[in-house]
Amino acid sequence: MNEKQFCTFFVNDLLFGVDVMDVEEIMSQHKVEPVPLAPQTVAGLVNHRGQIVTAINMRQRLGFPNRAQGERCMMLIARARDETFGLLVDKIGDVCSVKQEDFEPTPETVTPEAKELVLGAYKMPNHLLMPLSLSKVAEIVR
Amino acid sequence: MDDIVKEFLIESAENLDRLDSTLVELEKSPNNHELLADIFRNIHSIKGTTSFLGFPRLEAVAHAGENLLSKLRDGVLLLNPQITSALLTMVDVIREMLDHIDQNRNDGENDYLPLIAKIQKLQEAEVIPPSFAGGPVGESTQEKEHESSAITGIAATAPDSALGGMFATARIVPAPLEDPKTEHKPRLGELLSQSGAVDEAALQSALEKQAKGDTRKLGEILIDAGAAKPGDVLDALITQGQNKDQSGDRTIRVGVNLLERLMDLVGELVLTRNQIVQYASVQRDSNFLAVSQRLNLVTSDMREIIMKTRMQPMQNVMGKFPRMVRDLALSCEKLVRVELQGQDTELDRTLLEAIKDPLTHLVRNAVDHGIERPEARTAAGKSQEGCLILRAYHEGGQVNIEVSDDGAGLNNQRLLRKAVEKGLISQAQADRMKPHEIANLIFHAGFSTAEKITNVSGRGVGMDVVKTNIERVGGTVDVQSVLGKGTTLRMKIPLTLAIIPVLIVRTANRRFAIPQVSLLELLRLEAEKAERAIEFVHGAPVYRLRGSLLPLLFLDKELQLDGTGQVSTTATPEQSNKTLNIVVLQVEGNQFGLVVDAINDAEEIVVKPLGQHLKNITAFAGATVMGDGEVALILDVMGLAQGGHLLSEPRKAASKEVVEETAAVVDDQKQEFLLFRTANRRRTAVPLAIVDRLEEFKPEQFEMAGGQVVVQYRGELLPIANMSDVLNLVTDNAANPVSKALVCTHRGRRIGIVVDQILDVAEEAVELESRWKDQHSSGSAVVQKHVTDFLDLEAILGRTLVETDAMPEEAVTL
Repeated sequence: MNEKQFCTFFVNDLLFGVDVMDVEEIMSQHKVEPVPLAPQTVAGLVNHRGQIVTAINMRQRLGFPNRAQGERCMMLIARARDETFGLLVDKIGDVCSVKQEDFEPTPETVTPEAKELVLGAYKMPNHLLMPLSLSKVAEIVR
Repeated sequence: MDDIVKEFLIESAENLDRLDSTLVELEKSPNNHELLADIFRNIHSIKGTTSFLGFPRLEAVAHAGENLLSKLRDGVLLLNPQITSALLTMVDVIREMLDHIDQNRNDGENDYLPLIAKIQKLQEAEVIPPSFAGGPVGESTQEKEHESSAITGIAATAPDSALGGMFATARIVPAPLEDPKTEHKPRLGELLSQSGAVDEAALQSALEKQAKGDTRKLGEILIDAGAAKPGDVLDALITQGQNKDQSGDRTIRVGVNLLERLMDLVGELVLTRNQIVQYASVQRDSNFLAVSQRLNLVTSDMREIIMKTRMQPMQNVMGKFPRMVRDLALSCEKLVRVELQGQDTELDRTLLEAIKDPLTHLVRNAVDHGIERPEARTAAGKSQEGCLILRAYHEGGQVNIEVSDDGAGLNNQRLLRKAVEKGLISQAQADRMKPHEIANLIFHAGFSTAEKITNVSGRGVGMDVVKTNIERVGGTVDVQSVLGKGTTLRMKIPLTLAIIPVLIVRTANRRFAIPQVSLLELLRLEAEKAERAIEFVHGAPVYRLRGSLLPLLFLDKELQLDGTGQVSTTATPEQSNKTLNIVVLQVEGNQFGLVVDAINDAEEIVVKPLGQHLKNITAFAGATVMGDGEVALILDVMGLAQGGHLLSEPRKAASKEVVEETAAVVDDQKQEFLLFRTANRRRTAVPLAIVDRLEEFKPEQFEMAGGQVVVQYRGELLPIANMSDVLNLVTDNAANPVSKALVCTHRGRRIGIVVDQILDVAEEAVELESRWKDQHSSGSAVVQKHVTDFLDLEAILGRTLVETDAMPEEAVTL
């Protein structure tokens, strides 16, 4: 039972993953209504099946530069801290099963913002998969 | 926690709430057997379940209460205030223990032995006639040895096992499917003989008596004949009643989360429906059109019904008051009767929660301050017992809740004195105030006239908090009082919070919703006027609205949508080039204008809360999904005002506002007039209230219709009372190519009045001097140091109307 499944996604060409059980849906078409005065990491609000969901800009959250205007992004709807969130990511990857023996502690090279959220790294054939703590991602940062 | 314990807790909590009210009711009619039976059943089932679940301490308390109740039921004891108090304390203790069970899964360490001892002692007490005279429990009770032993004997002969068997029988009686009042209701006699309480022969003779015309109830006949014990008859009545309850119970428990989710889904369904209906309208397929129409109807119905599931009866809040009032009245040594009306009035459950505390406060106030002590009431020629009426009813899409007492009423002189003392109003203002305004002074912060502070109320906080809380949910509160006769407080609450009417505005190409509760009016200034309209006081933009300065906030700057985040001290070039839209808002008595780019529609929207990341932004109250599926933010008017530092001195501003408001209302002799000059330089005044607009007409626009000068105005003919005509004056058209005309509406008819120059708006109380009254003016008076004629609109209009009425009908229909 030391196998875990992650829903993976790319942000700034790096592969991240969240526990697949926490993910509700993946949306390709969505309209984000920006919220004035909101923290930088909040991209805005999204109508997700009649529910209003806060969308988090994962590039901001992980300390990467923002996407260029008009560049496509995907949204991953996930539950954390008793609330539903939308995570704006560059691209959605596969659902991956990982083995515990491939786990390594967080590499030193990640950005300081990301270091808070990244739980470690799994060595995949072509990539490093960095699992994220969703509750950390949903934490409020000013 | 085990489901069975959880269920027990929920059920018991409800039972205890009911016990509170039934016990108080029982106190009023101690001989009401049905009530007694209800109470007994309640306690008995709590006791039974606790022993089953293994909570010995709780069981002991309930058992003691049950024994006392069985004495009451058997008529051995009569209810008195001490017994009621003890039973109510027991209810509280049980509630405490249930809380403990909820949190710690056991019934706590406290045995409540003093309470049990007290209850036991009361069982042995002499029968005391019910009276108000309170006093500590036990002191006035004397024990009569022989009687007390006799009572114990009876108690011993009513074993619990027999009762238990009784209830078991009740439970397995299948609930009749038809109306319980039909023949399926088990007859009392059957139940009695089934349980073996009476023998068949005694029952038959009793039934025969009834058949022969004995009007007494079967139970009474049996008891009188000594054929049955009162207790047994009561038990049978309980069983009978239970059957009634079982079939009447057609509700199920549903989690609030589930309902909320259902609400969301329906909202989404409505959006999808909107899209389909839109799509269907461009399709040629008539079948599809019909189906989409059907979907349209079903969805609307469904939404309405789902909304109803959120509604709860006022009973849930009001039901707790009789008990509260009883305890309060005892501690204040007053006699108070509570009347509840309209308990089945329904209200959204979030609102019900929101008004619970304010309402409680009002009730406490009414008992503590409103209703006088019995001796004072007698002296005032009223009955000793005060009456407190709680009334809830629907009116015009709102729920009205009234708390009225027949107590001392508000002493207006004292209120005024206090208000002046505390600097809330000036003496001059005090002199002008009307009784109604004076009464409403009690809602001021820091205002309390209670001579002494009691532990119930009188700390000077409260009424203003009540007002704030009610206003927070979009309601209003108002007081009416007659000295010596009583006070009525009326709250008006919207039916639901979930759906609110809003105004949609646009700024920086984004939509925002403004709740209409705080909306006062909309101003639109055309480009050229807008340039000069905004002035600056120490860099803060203001607008002159009818003579007073209205502070302005620019929505785009407040929300940092213009990219600068700075409030500039000069109007930006873009602003001076376009029309200015000002939304005049009011919050906590402060008015301010919100400048937006455009004003769209009024709409009803479903309010959704914001997530934890956005909760701290005070400018927003929530968000909503618009008809097109997009998200729009709801502005928090209070937050905006605070962000704009408009509420820095709320107390002062609030009192000023009240003063202004009252000044406007109090002086009903005082009127606002529009002063203008007619072509012959006569100063003339007309009430501002009737003036709709000031229009300019070119000479060629004046046309004749059957002898009457008219102008084509907004698709209809506007009769013109040309001052040069009516007042026999000549307008110099060459020097003044356009004529200004006031468009007035009087008694539903429009009329244009040609004027030469608008002078001013004056607010004054005038006394007309009618010596120089002529056919056009009703008199003259000195306004702003000048003699001014007052236009006799009635006369002018009357003359014009006669003429316009004579206008041929075809003129309109052609």
